[in-house]
Amino acid sequence: MRNKEKLPAINHAPFRDKLRTYLRHPVSLLGMILVVIAALATIGVLVALIVYILVNGIPYLTPELFSFTYTSENASMFPAIINTITMTFLSLLIAVPFSLFTAIYLVEYAKRGNKLVGVIRTTAETLSGIPSIVYGLFGMLFFVTTLGWGTSLLAGAMTLSIMILPLIMRSTEEALQAVPDSYREGSFGLGAGRLRTVFRVILPPAMPGILAGIILAVGRIVGETAALLYTSGTMAQIPDLTHDGLVMGSGATLAVHMYVLSGEGLHMNEANATGVVLLIIVLGINLLSSLVAKKLTKEKT
Amino acid sequence: MDEQKTKNDKAAAKRRLLWYRENIMHGVFFVCALVSIAAVVLICLFLFANGIPAIAEIGVFDFLLGEKWAPTNEPASYGILPMILGSIYITGGAILIGVPIGILAAIFLAKYCPKRLYKVVKPAVELLAGIPSIVYGFFGLLVIVPMIRNTFKVSGASILAATIVLGIMILPTIIGLAESAIRAVPESYYEGALALGATHERSIFRVVLPAAKSGVMAAVVLGIGRAIGEAMAVCMVAGNQTWMPQGILKGVRTLTTNIVLEMGYAADLHREALIATGVVLFVFILIINLLFSVLKKKSMSNSVEKKPGMFRRLFAKAKSSRKEDSKA
Repeated sequence: MRNKEKLPAINHAPFRDKLRTYLRHPVSLLGMILVVIAALATIGVLVALIVYILVNGIPYLTPELFSFTYTSENASMFPAIINTITMTFLSLLIAVPFSLFTAIYLVEYAKRGNKLVGVIRTTAETLSGIPSIVYGLFGMLFFVTTLGWGTSLLAGAMTLSIMILPLIMRSTEEALQAVPDSYREGSFGLGAGRLRTVFRVILPPAMPGILAGIILAVGRIVGETAALLYTSGTMAQIPDLTHDGLVMGSGATLAVHMYVLSGEGLHMNEANATGVVLLIIVLGINLLSSLVAKKLTKEKT
Repeated sequence: MDEQKTKNDKAAAKRRLLWYRENIMHGVFFVCALVSIAAVVLICLFLFANGIPAIAEIGVFDFLLGEKWAPTNEPASYGILPMILGSIYITGGAILIGVPIGILAAIFLAKYCPKRLYKVVKPAVELLAGIPSIVYGFFGLLVIVPMIRNTFKVSGASILAATIVLGIMILPTIIGLAESAIRAVPESYYEGALALGATHERSIFRVVLPAAKSGVMAAVVLGIGRAIGEAMAVCMVAGNQTWMPQGILKGVRTLTTNIVLEMGYAADLHREALIATGVVLFVFILIINLLFSVLKKKSMSNSVEKKPGMFRRLFAKAKSSRKEDSKA
């Protein structure tokens, strides 16, 4: 066995040596500089973007912006926030069971060499490559027109749930595969059936991985615009409960709302403030998913 | 006796119930697994069924190679060549910006970054992927467009602006995949090159990077897919004129933005022509996906276990006799 651990005492070159090497090999120096510049540029762009949105948006986060109904004066984003929450829960409600069960089937039930597994993986890969505007077109043709749901939150949520299906599926699959086989053997050995094994033994340790996938999916839902423009509509309103129910009415989510505001050109500052809220949500989601991932790695060791 | 019998019956009933439950749930899992296939089939079906008739009515050549998009004119003309070219130009530009920076940043993450810094930089790159495209578009609209306007004294919304915004947007995709491709190259390649007297940079650029080539190519292809499919950000900064592309400082319209802009009020043939635009985009994406999966398969089979690499080949020469034995 080769010792994989690094030997710092041997590998470590002092700064002076490094400098001498670089001076002797100017091309290498150039390479190093380019690499560092690229990394700095990447981080710089991120920081510039976040700072710009925050600095220009936060002053416009007025209480008026959160008033209950939208008027063209206050450009309130409150309805959009409610719609975003509804949309998120609705999409997850549809997508999570399907993607979870698909992953369970692929990992726990399908026999080795099952041709269907390959087909499902390929289709999932295809789904994850389709641009959101194509999903939007499909949602408009199928859910809105053919099924006759009209422009509604439900149509938007169905469209989004197809979009996030491969995302949750993939992460669940990986989480299930990471559970050691000894768990399964132990459970079967104690006389548990397959179903019991899956739900009582396999799923609990795989939960952080699955959760991380779901959180990422929430990020996709919150940030999505193109797929929702023609499925759930652009109206800045909460669907009228008495008229068409919470899910069958149309309404814009935060991202769509921001697009409409910035497209009109009259409410740029309000659009910027909406961007702040969006950005904060996305930051929170990323933080949450990294926390969950940290928990995952901690449990493994 | 009776008690014993009822006990047995109960046990049997319970077992039967369990058996049913197992099989029913097996069926449920199976049916759920078919949903993703159904989704792909439905998407293809609906797009093609609604788009192909329009292409047939307009004429394949008039549609794909027509230089004029004027659906409200009398007579209307539906040529999407300007949009196809617009998509290609903007994607090409984004690749030109995103790929070098992305690959170099991936090298930084894989080969330069100290562990402590990595814990900050890696989540930052992931955050870059999580930021909604509408926010990128907004940033482009308020920062990059005015910058171009002031520098070149033009309107600002242009191919260049879209290129820059998209170049930023595809960075996380390229960095993520390229980094894992570079990390997948066995450490022995790097160490071998170092031992032969190459510098850190030379080892990376001449040995590790070529070995990770197909993985990096897969990253680039996925980046192309992202760029060509992006709608909202491009819509906000590209100007959206329907003319043929006239230079990087002039506006242009892409396939995606054509749908975004006109779907809201389109009717009849116009609407179907827009769906057909989606079909063209979809076909582009399918080709790119195919390319991606081919490259990914190639990069997977490229691992040392299956195929001897440069240094392995040297060792293989020394051990050729043993190799031949094992082959036979």
